[in-house]
Amino acid sequence: MGVLDSREPQGPLANKWTNHKNEIDLVNPANKRNIDIIIVGTGLAGGSAAATLAELGYNVKTFCYQDSPRRAHSIAAQGGVNAAKNYQGDGDSVYRLFYDTVKGGDYRSRESNVYRLAEVSTNIIDQCVAQGVPFAREYGGLLDNRSFGGVLVSRTFYAKGQTGQQLLLGAYAAMNRQIQRGKIKSYTRHEMLDLVLVDGKARGIIARDLVSGEIERHSAHAVVLATGGYGNLFFLSTYCMGANVMAAWKAHKKGAFFANPCFTQIHPTCIPVSGDHQSKLTLMSESLRNDGRIWVPKRLEDAQAIREGKLKPTQLGEEERDYYLERRYPAFGNLVPRDVASRAAKERCDAGFGVNKTGEAVYLDFSAAIMRYGREKALTSGMKNVDDNTIRELGEKIVEAKYGNLFQMYEKIVDENPYKTPMMIYPAVHYTMGGLWVDYNLQTTIPGCYAAGEANFSDHGANRLGASALMQGLADGYFVLPYTIGDYLSDDIRTGPISTDSPEFDEAEKNVTDKLEKLMSGTGIHSVDYYHKKLGKIMWNKCGMSRNAKELKEAIKEIAELRKDFWENVKIPGRPDSKNQELEKAGRVADFLELGELFAKDALERNESCGGHFREEYQTPEGEALRDDENFKFVSAWEYKGEPSDAILHKEDLVYENIKVKTRSYK
Amino acid sequence: MKLYLKIWRQKNASTKGQMVDYTLDGVESDMSFLEMLDILNEELISKGEEPVEFDHDCREGICGTCSLMINGRPHGPDSMITVCQLHMRSFNDGDEIVIEPWRAKAFPVIKDLIVDRTAFDRIQQAGGYISVNTSGRPVDANAIPIAKEMADKSFNAATCIGCGACVAACKNASAMLFTSAKVSQFALLPQGQVEAAERVENMVRQMDLEGFGNCTNTGACEIECPKGISLENIARMNREYLSASVKG
Repeated sequence: MGVLDSREPQGPLANKWTNHKNEIDLVNPANKRNIDIIIVGTGLAGGSAAATLAELGYNVKTFCYQDSPRRAHSIAAQGGVNAAKNYQGDGDSVYRLFYDTVKGGDYRSRESNVYRLAEVSTNIIDQCVAQGVPFAREYGGLLDNRSFGGVLVSRTFYAKGQTGQQLLLGAYAAMNRQIQRGKIKSYTRHEMLDLVLVDGKARGIIARDLVSGEIERHSAHAVVLATGGYGNLFFLSTYCMGANVMAAWKAHKKGAFFANPCFTQIHPTCIPVSGDHQSKLTLMSESLRNDGRIWVPKRLEDAQAIREGKLKPTQLGEEERDYYLERRYPAFGNLVPRDVASRAAKERCDAGFGVNKTGEAVYLDFSAAIMRYGREKALTSGMKNVDDNTIRELGEKIVEAKYGNLFQMYEKIVDENPYKTPMMIYPAVHYTMGGLWVDYNLQTTIPGCYAAGEANFSDHGANRLGASALMQGLADGYFVLPYTIGDYLSDDIRTGPISTDSPEFDEAEKNVTDKLEKLMSGTGIHSVDYYHKKLGKIMWNKCGMSRNAKELKEAIKEIAELRKDFWENVKIPGRPDSKNQELEKAGRVADFLELGELFAKDALERNESCGGHFREEYQTPEGEALRDDENFKFVSAWEYKGEPSDAILHKEDLVYENIKVKTRSYK
Repeated sequence: MKLYLKIWRQKNASTKGQMVDYTLDGVESDMSFLEMLDILNEELISKGEEPVEFDHDCREGICGTCSLMINGRPHGPDSMITVCQLHMRSFNDGDEIVIEPWRAKAFPVIKDLIVDRTAFDRIQQAGGYISVNTSGRPVDANAIPIAKEMADKSFNAATCIGCGACVAACKNASAMLFTSAKVSQFALLPQGQVEAAERVENMVRQMDLEGFGNCTNTGACEIECPKGISLENIARMNREYLSASVKG
């Protein structure tokens, strides 16, 4: 086991969570009033944890860099939230959701955590409906479901293409109720700049008020980090502009191990890059793959003619198109998991079949679905001898009802009508499965420091299935953390308030102000974005959808050099003691420049292909990922030792007792 | 294309602001409006000047952070989108573009184009929720069937992103569309009935306290709302409010 104790409960898988809840220590309601908890991040995980912990009676302080908790990037999740309700009666169960998630994660996640996730998934839906979250419904008044990639059942609950928004506003509303009761104090436009440890325990944070620039000390008996993922490492991603790894990285530098940093999800259906000015990428929900068919031209010369604008995709007949996912993976077709779909798109584009100017795009085509729905609608409305145009019109209406907002978003960005001509899509960085290492209680390797939601590593292994991020965020916040944190806090009922007037807080604050000064003192040649874009290019080209040892070694070297350059030459106008967006960005990029190197090191160390981590050296003759369970069936947990190159690798062996580990196949 | 920008610059809440002229060349039509501002800022930084600060985050039209008045219209000339979704193809070479922050007493300027919208949070805190415990065991989700039509209407009201364009568009700086969207979301659902009267009264009281103006049915809010939140919601809120006061 080494230094990593996952604290998984004993006993049969299905009873672990119940047994654990029965055995862990609780804090009585009167004592909860004497305990303070800091929660950093107010997305689905942080917001739901804050609401629930406050409701239980703890004093909660929340921090977010946005101007309101409601703006956390969970709001942008489109497709849906999974739950093993089996309302459709199509054979779903807790075990099947667990199985799909472990298999989807390419057998690199912890069995007990995933099973618990599947188990509490059903509570999420009950909870959210009680809160007034307006999920999509069928005409009979019951909840509707749809399917997502990598599974064979329909278990995804949704609210049009805005499920994340509705769930986050639910959590935000629950937070508001506690703010009104005085149980949550919400600090907005605040950023955590360091974690403070007292006697080895997390006891507070140093935060910067982003409006006044003031540095503040906040203490608590425990600190929860729910700060999301680190995909902005790549500069271009579907993350919001402010998403960063600062809180998690500062915890890492104070002793929290960072797990599987190289496990990144590159989502197959995003709007392709249009030029160098691009600041972010936009996702087109995976739910579109329910009805859209992905293809490129069969002949290279057709692809070339399309790129040159001499040929339109609608001019190519069925036999001239290569529906490569349906061809390669007949069982799952267009609904293969994200990692598989992304790699397949890259493979076709690398081979010269890309369909936009840059050659980095494939088609997502709705024409077949439009006609299918149109014919069905004509039949059910009793229309006879209907011509194709009418059928198309009927079908477009149905498709609009399902995905209207996504189609509108696409048209606004690309200036093409996706009802008439196929969408162009390309993979983009979307989610990070890696994150802070946590035990079964979601506690990091620092006592009293917890990580929830995308910020931790535990549930998705090497690849996350669609609609599982919302599930995990809410499971952690509403149903897991509120129980498990009590086990730790039960020792703190007599501790009393933590003073911020201590050498530990003094030192942490000094480190923070020194660092801000150092950032501001750069000689000033290049802007923060200049470095961020450079880092992004290295990451995308050498640590992206496919990786090899040679390029990973180059990346490690280049990132270290770029980091040095950054600290010497970054240019930040303005002052540290006032609102300063460039300074905010600089702090975030400084951390990415360290994490990027660890990311590449982790990818280099993992000599296998699994999930989102594809090493060119390890593939089957058909180009499928070649996992190495004998040597790599473990979680990489990195311990900070100064420079990223000095980080020490600890391994948590993954044991599968309830699921047979096999080659992941979607054929 | 080449653009002539007039941008509101203000150091902080207590300093007086002013419009400042900038000329920006090399703007491409497939850039987003905010990417155009990114380029302006890169230029300013390279000259050692402070960049123009503006609020933005998701850049895909859903977080509600971005908030610019462009040529006098919240979120610019196109309808049903936020500034971050606005693209430069909506402008022409040589255009003059006036960029200001939201203007409303209840939204004081923090810096440049950034305003303080915490008044919106306080309206929500006054009652924008259903008082169920998140750690409890509610009934099964399908135990409460809800007619699709009502669920869809409730959803439509719930899609408000809280950006504040409605307030910025209104000559009275009224927050009725924003407040009524939340009141409606719950008023249309069976789960929301129990606290309906209390909710509408508390939220409206807070809205007035924050210094937002009254509604005079101009309808500018509905036209400028990037999510198409309907005026119907204001009518519904007025009904709810009346019925709550009658119940007293």
